[in-house]
Amino acid sequence: MNEIANYFIAFFILAGAFLSMAATLGVIRLPDVYTRNHAASKAATLGVMSILFGTFLYFYFLEGHFNSRLILGIAFVFMTSPVAGHLISRAAYHTGVEMTDRSVHDALKNAKHMTASKDTE
Amino acid sequence: MAFQILLNVFLAFMWMFIKVSFDVSSFIKGYFFGIIILFVLRRFFSSRFYLARVYAFIKLLLIFLKELLLSNLAVLKVILKPKLDMQPGIFAYNTVLTKDWQITLLSNLITLTPGTLVIDVSDDNQTLYIHAMDIDDVDEAVNSIKNTFEKAILEVSQ
Repeated sequence: MNEIANYFIAFFILAGAFLSMAATLGVIRLPDVYTRNHAASKAATLGVMSILFGTFLYFYFLEGHFNSRLILGIAFVFMTSPVAGHLISRAAYHTGVEMTDRSVHDALKNAKHMTASKDTE
Repeated sequence: MAFQILLNVFLAFMWMFIKVSFDVSSFIKGYFFGIIILFVLRRFFSSRFYLARVYAFIKLLLIFLKELLLSNLAVLKVILKPKLDMQPGIFAYNTVLTKDWQITLLSNLITLTPGTLVIDVSDDNQTLYIHAMDIDDVDEAVNSIKNTFEKAILEVSQ
């Protein structure tokens, strides 16, 4: 039983560490705020979640201690991190941060509420 | 829905008082019998039988987790590819959802979908502006995925 649990714990923690590293790599490599935000808001979320889950399994199976705070932590990260990603990219767009030259389409530029706020400025 | 749950808890307490045994196991037993009673009497309530809604919610949660996994794989593929050749862009998406919490849930789901990130919601709550990592191959696929999301959310809120 503990032998199987060990493999699961190792899998979750290593996968989490790998995903966090990939998110960092994405933040370094990708060209602009918005694409970096893709990497940061997705890979980092799942990375943190699986590290927390691995920790939870470790304490549950090897120490016999059910830590509900880790479960709550997973739920909170799961709920808040997409919202944080959305808010950062929204703030970036509204302060006029440019997208990369590669970008092919920008529907938001001519949107009604965007042009309206420009007129009042 | 909240009324049905309250009624179910009330029936469970009723069972505890009838049995004169105040512990967790008799509460669970009473709750189970309450579910059967509510299911039999479901046509007298204005809303659906509440377990159907709970089931729809659990289905939505599973979709959430599945999309999170898939989007991580997609982002990994983009990041670890030696050559950066994606074409990002922003597209508009018209939604049929009306309530605020539905739109919040939908934008959270979209943000966790492969290659998409919600940037802005229009003032009339009808259009979502979505940044896509790769605009030409994602556009079609994303629309079909969001039809399943919207359907799942509508099923919860019925």
